[in-house]
Amino acid sequence: MRDETAGRKGAARAIDRRSLLGKTATLMGGTALGGVIVPLGARAEDGANLPPHVPEWSREQGAPILAHPYGLPSPFEKDVIRRALPNRPTATSASSLTPLQHLHGVITPNGLVYERHHGGVPAIDPAQHRLLVHGLVERPLVFTMDDLMRFPAVSHIYFLECSGNTKGWKTGPANLTVQDTHGLLSCCEWTGVMLSTVLDEVGASKSAHWLLAESADAAGMDRSVPIAKAYDDAMLVYAQNGERLRPEQGYPLRLLLPGYEGNMSVKWLRRIKLGREPFETREETSKYTDLMPSGKARQFTFLMEAKSVITRPSGGQHLAGPGFYEIAGIAWSGHGKIRAVDVSTDGGVNWRSAQLQEPVLAKCLTRFRLPWHWDGAPALLQSRATDETGYVQPPQPALVEARGTHSYYHYNGIHTWRLAPGGEVTNAS
Amino acid sequence: MRASRIAAPLLALILAAAPAAARFDIGRPATPDEVAGWNTDVLPDGRGLPPGRGSVKDGAALYAQHCAACHGAKGEGKPMDRLVGGQGTLATATPVRTVGSFWPYATTLFDYIRRAMPFDAPKSLGADQVYAASAYILYLNGIVGEDAVMDAATLPKVRMPNRDGFISPDPRPDVHAKRCEKDCG
Ligand code: HEC
Repeated sequence: MRDETAGRKGAARAIDRRSLLGKTATLMGGTALGGVIVPLGARAEDGANLPPHVPEWSREQGAPILAHPYGLPSPFEKDVIRRALPNRPTATSASSLTPLQHLHGVITPNGLVYERHHGGVPAIDPAQHRLLVHGLVERPLVFTMDDLMRFPAVSHIYFLECSGNTKGWKTGPANLTVQDTHGLLSCCEWTGVMLSTVLDEVGASKSAHWLLAESADAAGMDRSVPIAKAYDDAMLVYAQNGERLRPEQGYPLRLLLPGYEGNMSVKWLRRIKLGREPFETREETSKYTDLMPSGKARQFTFLMEAKSVITRPSGGQHLAGPGFYEIAGIAWSGHGKIRAVDVSTDGGVNWRSAQLQEPVLAKCLTRFRLPWHWDGAPALLQSRATDETGYVQPPQPALVEARGTHSYYHYNGIHTWRLAPGGEVTNAS
Repeated sequence: MRASRIAAPLLALILAAAPAAARFDIGRPATPDEVAGWNTDVLPDGRGLPPGRGSVKDGAALYAQHCAACHGAKGEGKPMDRLVGGQGTLATATPVRTVGSFWPYATTLFDYIRRAMPFDAPKSLGADQVYAASAYILYLNGIVGEDAVMDAATLPKVRMPNRDGFISPDPRPDVHAKRCEKDCG
């Protein structure tokens, strides 16, 4: 009897707490559940589940196994989800953003990997999916998924970033979160067969300098890829983070071009055609070209240059008061490994080296951290990545000076979060 | 790197000893029919264009029925992409990128409409219709005349206004920042 009452009261409290969290999130713009960063030991609670009391969940059986045959995150994490930028004219040529502010380490859980589709997510029966490889080859071949999974497999952890990630050419609104500014970025362990293995199987001709990768989706999304990339580290991927690809990530088969703009890692891959020259598709002429102030546009700009961002504290979060905080974030480079990340709390006047979490892998997110004592004064938080080629992530004005403000793609400038004396963190880039 | 570019003599030796070394014998030969059905990409020189033809006049009717609701009666856009105008704006403070002002090849227009448009029924148009839609959009942009007929011979010959508007190879890294540590401006 007493247990039952306690249980009911407990449930009511849990709901109260959830609506309280909800209110906090609303106050902060609705996108930042758990956005209050509290220094150790400062959180207020009603106390019934806290020491010295025995919490309600310790006094009854928990949920049975297989309550969710495919497991789900805790209901308390319900706001850790992908979100879309507002005002997109269609829901199928659209994108959704990874909630980087809520992630830890470097792996993006499969359900949170960002999306960019040009014709929605096709529902493909893997038994009816085929990959055709043809063009300048000795043997045009058709592969089933079973065929592709018989080839020797490899697994690698690589980031994937849309080249339209971060519209920093002009300063954005103060209420942006890091999900808004940098969320077209994810990192997974990818498993599949090296593209070079399949090209050897079809007997690729030496006169082939480019290949066309084409999707089976409604958009027939297609891109030209230089053959050197195909023989370097390109993969045909059928699994991510240990399970088969998610539909929105190209199930059952996608191309994966490490370090290149995400659009080229064509999803729902159905055809590879080898040719002498680029195919000049819509996605490499009308889009994904970088317009310069001269009126000319750079074409075939594939690599994602070194970039970093602080994810904690970041826009929409709130520091509860002066005290110890760890500044944490992620850095990455399409050229290879991250060599160093520096952090500034004074808007770029003075910098300190952050710690890099090992292992540091090429073309993979690298987590950086820096212990920090906030004295309560206003601060401008920035991070700056240097990669193994010695390339240093530039400040925004240097990028604008070189490329103007209309090139749209490939923005990798240093990002600034403003920390106000009250503890609010807002976007300042 | 391709093995063949590293050590050609060594590779020749390996190939002579075991010609099938690189092969797993996985996959099956593609039939000419299978290749023909999927091989729909179109190159700037016109390779890949199918038989058929379409006029500006045919295109006007087709466009009004299948495209105007999303791209505007004259291609002015809203709610979806603008298809017309913007020539001469690329180097200004407000560049407008459209088929007419920005696309380097008319063949890409055919290729893209055939694979992706109309957005609500992609791959539903026949070759004649795609030629006609392409002709009409080129006409709306002032690139071809109102009597123009597009087919595999005429379309690749259309010279787009921004044909020479692209730069490659990639000139990056084009920004060289320094790793300053103290009292940085
Ligand atoms: C239901 C709305 C809709 C209809 C109908 C439609 N389109 Fe589109 N169109 C779109 C959308 C959305 C895009 C952008 C797709 C993307 O970027 O992924 C687009 C893009 C285009 C583009 C590329 C624009 C650029 O600058 O890159 C062309 C060309 C085009 N459409 C032509 C046509 C033609 C021709 C028709 C009729 C046969 C048509 N569209 C019918 C929605 C539509």
